[in-house]
Amino acid sequence: MADVAVAHDQHAAHHTSSGLSNVKLAMWLFLGSECLLFGGLISTYMLYRGRVNEGPRPGQIFDIPFTSVSSFVLLMSSLTMVLAVSAAQRKDDRNMNLWLTATALLGATFVGGQVYEFTAFYREGLGFTTSLFSSSFYTLTGFHGVHVTIGVIMLMSLVGINKRSKIHGDRAEVVEMVGLYWHFVDVVWIVIFTLVYLIPT
Amino acid sequence: MNTTTEHATEHDHADAHDHAMTDAKYIRIALILAAITALEVSTYYVDFGPLFLPSLLIMMVIKFVMVVSYFMHLKFDSKVFSLMFYTGLGLAISVYAVALATFKFFIS
Repeated sequence: MADVAVAHDQHAAHHTSSGLSNVKLAMWLFLGSECLLFGGLISTYMLYRGRVNEGPRPGQIFDIPFTSVSSFVLLMSSLTMVLAVSAAQRKDDRNMNLWLTATALLGATFVGGQVYEFTAFYREGLGFTTSLFSSSFYTLTGFHGVHVTIGVIMLMSLVGINKRSKIHGDRAEVVEMVGLYWHFVDVVWIVIFTLVYLIPT
Repeated sequence: MNTTTEHATEHDHADAHDHAMTDAKYIRIALILAAITALEVSTYYVDFGPLFLPSLLIMMVIKFVMVVSYFMHLKFDSKVFSLMFYTGLGLAISVYAVALATFKFFIS
């Protein structure tokens, strides 16, 4: 009876008028709307990055080797995430938990790096209200950092819930949804890394 | 369920599960992404001249599309998902390009 219920749950998502999973549809709609949020923040930064009346300028303060390593770490977390989704689709719980944990650790490393970077910038005289550049920079990268932090919390929660075998419905789809959010956070950083750090003012 | 929906569901299931993306292929894509990132970083140290800005933007777009297409499976999933995402992205790019243009961003 329980098996029948689980089997029903696993396929219920596709029994919709569109024939598509409503959860997945909602997630892609959400990610589309997130493009507008980050588009606004990136545009504001692009407009204000040259507006420095006092405090350090972007080219004087950015540590490109450090940020490059952070970017690499986040990029590799996308690989571990997609391997977790792949393991979930194979119903390989052990590897799924392993890759999810690895993704969370890489994400936490990235956030740790961002906290270190913010602290270093603050000590060099770049406060939140120092200039229009600093305000727009901290707002953009801070929003992204919050998204990564939420992703890490979701990943660790997923591992905890999965260990208690309390994920209802299609487990692979749940992992895939968290994966979509995680990859989106990665693609936003791909844009931020190029436009904010690599292209000089 | 009507016939059209059944076809759509079968098609989506086929798309989602028959794209033959293996773990080895994911690792290969990650290595390509890492190589592109290394190239991007090299533009900071090596003078690319007038190619600096276009090459950086092209590499950024390639990385973006690769992650969205392969890691997020958009290339193999229903076109409706692509429509949802790329509509949001296109709207964001066009709205903010116009907003930046009003501040004479592209002229300066």
